[in-house]
Amino acid sequence: MIEVKNLHKRFGNLEVLQGIDMKVKKGETVVIIGPSGSGKTTLLRCLNLLEIPTAGEITLGNRHLVFTESVKIKEQDIIALRKQTGMVFQNYNLFPHMTAAENIMEGQVTVLGRSRDAARKRALELLRKVGLENRAEMYPHQLSGGQQQRVGIARAMAMDPDVILFDEPTSALDPELVGEVLKVMKELAAEGMTMVVVTHEMNFAREAADKVIFIDGGRIVEEGPPEQIFENTQHERTIQFLSKITNI
Amino acid sequence: MDERTQQIITILLDSFWPMLVAGIKVTIPLTLISFTLGLILALLTALARISGIKPLAAIARFYVWVIRGTPLLVQLFIIFYGLPNLGITLDRFVAAVIGFTLSVGAYNSEIMRAAILSISKGQWEAAYSIGMTRRQALKRIILPQAARVTVPPLGNSFISLVKDTSLAATITVTEMFQTSQQVVAATYEPLWIYIEVAVIYLLFSTVLSALQNSLEHRFERYVQK
Repeated sequence: MIEVKNLHKRFGNLEVLQGIDMKVKKGETVVIIGPSGSGKTTLLRCLNLLEIPTAGEITLGNRHLVFTESVKIKEQDIIALRKQTGMVFQNYNLFPHMTAAENIMEGQVTVLGRSRDAARKRALELLRKVGLENRAEMYPHQLSGGQQQRVGIARAMAMDPDVILFDEPTSALDPELVGEVLKVMKELAAEGMTMVVVTHEMNFAREAADKVIFIDGGRIVEEGPPEQIFENTQHERTIQFLSKITNI
Repeated sequence: MDERTQQIITILLDSFWPMLVAGIKVTIPLTLISFTLGLILALLTALARISGIKPLAAIARFYVWVIRGTPLLVQLFIIFYGLPNLGITLDRFVAAVIGFTLSVGAYNSEIMRAAILSISKGQWEAAYSIGMTRRQALKRIILPQAARVTVPPLGNSFISLVKDTSLAATITVTEMFQTSQQVVAATYEPLWIYIEVAVIYLLFSTVLSALQNSLEHRFERYVQK
């Protein structure tokens, strides 16, 4: 499904990603953990080209892109790859001038060319799925953070992507609202949606991940099934990180 | 009532309609046409400046620099009295429309550019994340939000324009102020006539302010109160 080879990303003199190799199989939930500044969010943003990698390769489905400093990736290739990926943002980034239903319809109509009726039907279906069927006509500012994030997930799903990327989806939420978002994400994972999740929610990683990747300093330090990462940790740095996280 | 007072009242009443008619027939169309064309020009200029295409951005910056740095009165004179030397003779109303359009375009392009830049990067990213092109993101996501931000300053600019159109009198356009000058020439009552025309301008701008407020109100429906 996704294959990343020797991915590098540099901002000026700062090399944020220093050669990442990873594979995500269809239907898998991969959780990326790591300290702040480790490059985990940059890695996620490279997967849908919100950041263009400096070097390396990304294969997503039947698309294969090679990055070098000299060649500029064409907009049509970027768009094609983004159509296969959905993204859920830390700050939701819902469109404030549109209702919840319209937020979910927008990409379907503008990008996929679906009719408004078909897009609306799908939007209402997805709102029901995330437990917000009676919020369809509300504007984002009328919704709680947890509700907004669930609309954000529905917006990503509406595009029928091959994979959904989650960038710290619960970090901006009040603690009592985290559960409702994680519940939706766990359901999605159980249904076989392919997901790459950057998060600090270790319980989610334990319960829902097929694979956990620990990143530090722009490199993958350790990866494996959650039992291995959490119960049978191999690396000193991973142990340090996990002990800090669980002490909070 | 003494004779003098009666005389003034008669002059005021007699001159009111011609001035109001000039306002409705010339000042308002001149304002509406120039403002509409000016906004289109302003949007194109703002888009040119954020396009990332260097020559285009440079042309836009040069245009804004020239228009904002020179008096509107001088610009009108160049267009109407100056261009004939190059063989370009314009109808006075057309000359006025061109002058005001250029002015509205330059000032409001800055408002629009600031409004576009004020929309958070996350909105662009959300649009990109669902596969939109830059153009689609701009049209569907960024500009509608930017438009809301621009309503108050654009409203102010519109009301300024209503008043600025009085400058067209200097290039012989018989708009409202020119008409008042003609009345003064015939009656020798500059104090009362110019106060009267001022009152009509005040009336126009008051009505427009009220419209502006109701428009702002409509745009507020999706904004956190």
